[in-house]
Amino acid sequence: MPLIKIRDLHFYRGDRAIFNGVDIDIDRGKVTAIMGPSGTGKTTLLRLIGGQLRPDQGYIEIDGQNVHKLSRSKLYELRKRMGMLFQSGALLTDLNVFDNVAFPLREHTKLPEPLIRDLVLMKLQAVGLRNARKLSPSELSGGMARRVALARAVALDPMMIMYDEPFTGQDPISMGTLVNLIRRINDAMGLTSIVVSHDVAEASQIADEIYLLSGGKVIEKGTPEELKKSSSQWVRQFMDGLPDGPVPFHYPGSEFDVDLLQSEHES
Amino acid sequence: MIGFIRSLGRWGLGTLERLGRGHIFLMHTLAGLPGLFLRPALVIQQLFSLGVLSVLIVLISGLFVGMVLGLQGYNTLVDFGAEESLGVLVSLSLVRELGPVVTALLFAGRAGSALTAEVGLMKSTEQLSGMEMMAVDPVRRVIAPRFLAGFISMPLLAAMFSAIGVIGAFIVGHGLLGVDEGAFWSQMQTKTDWYGDVMNGVIKSIVFGFVVTWIALYEGYDATPTSEGVGRATTRTVVHSAFAILGLDFVLTALMFGDI
Repeated sequence: MPLIKIRDLHFYRGDRAIFNGVDIDIDRGKVTAIMGPSGTGKTTLLRLIGGQLRPDQGYIEIDGQNVHKLSRSKLYELRKRMGMLFQSGALLTDLNVFDNVAFPLREHTKLPEPLIRDLVLMKLQAVGLRNARKLSPSELSGGMARRVALARAVALDPMMIMYDEPFTGQDPISMGTLVNLIRRINDAMGLTSIVVSHDVAEASQIADEIYLLSGGKVIEKGTPEELKKSSSQWVRQFMDGLPDGPVPFHYPGSEFDVDLLQSEHES
Repeated sequence: MIGFIRSLGRWGLGTLERLGRGHIFLMHTLAGLPGLFLRPALVIQQLFSLGVLSVLIVLISGLFVGMVLGLQGYNTLVDFGAEESLGVLVSLSLVRELGPVVTALLFAGRAGSALTAEVGLMKSTEQLSGMEMMAVDPVRRVIAPRFLAGFISMPLLAAMFSAIGVIGAFIVGHGLLGVDEGAFWSQMQTKTDWYGDVMNGVIKSIVFGFVVTWIALYEGYDATPTSEGVGRATTRTVVHSAFAILGLDFVLTALMFGDI
């Protein structure tokens, strides 16, 4: 039985359909990548899974519980078992690195301070930033901030963790570190990971399964090897980074020659 | 014409919706207040940044307002030979009106705008979302302590404003213009009523503190999460707070002193 079951998911922003009947299964213990071009609602999907947004139709079950039918207190209980890594890191800017990682422990447990210290140091050691614990978030590079956020996300030993575009804007060293960490932490802690990304090479490197989204639907799913072999034009365009194809290079609208022949006033 | 009516209707509905959201937000915030008794450190931290850091601007403004009141009051009273009533004029003006109103306007400009910007930036940098995903309610953790701190700070700042204003008027009236010291203080003591004047001023400052902090926090929490959105929200905080303070001041004055 999958840890997360998404069925017939519909979600609209105004009149625009972000999801139009999406079915996804996220298996336990695996790293699943959700990929697709910018604007396909990948981050929205994470917010729907986390219960921050409500679907217009369909449902999302996590560990057998329908997320959007839970009471507020039950939803918060469920969230204690979920970690999320935001694209920006979302570190609390008035706390230093140590206090950021200690934050969920102090909020949700009554552990004595020496034990919290040991736990925080262990989490920071795992992401290689134990000696940066006294720095403030403004002193961290983008990659370091994400690693701190990762340490914070696993502070309560969750059952799953969601990564929102973890590789965007990273230098090759930070990227390699993050790719390695996501896989290593998933396997070492027995987590289930969802990685939302449009970085084909990195996501393919660590994912056990990939879902490709476009136009509010799942276009293709499979292992990275299966997708590399896929003959679908859309999959080929996305995986090979082709500028034109089923996703057009030009924003849809009138033809170029028609526009040129129109007078400036009319346009 | 129809387009105008339609846009008017849309504006009206939008305003009602915002008002509704604002009240739900307030209820949620108030529900978070009891939990703060277990975590006083959160409130103390905010009392420092909202209250203590506003003391200087309030004291300096209060001193100058009192000095101007002393000067203007003396010039008018001296024509009637009533310059010894300067103490009464100054104390009633400050305690009933200027203390709560000017302090609230200063508080909206100094602390209110800072609150909106801080909460708005926390929203735009996903810190509030991050808390939600860590199963920490941002309204209880971030908003409620700030709300309580603003609510406590305002009356104390208004009291400081009035006190320093009276001292400013005394410096000008007695020190520069030669008003009798005994008459200044004794008339003030005789004519300023504890319940009728001082307590009504305190009630006003409590109401203003409540409203300004509510507006500031709601604007930040409801801000569009972009730099432009946070900028606009900060402006709205100052403008809406000023309107609310002046409008409520009229209503409260009418109820307290107006025999309406």
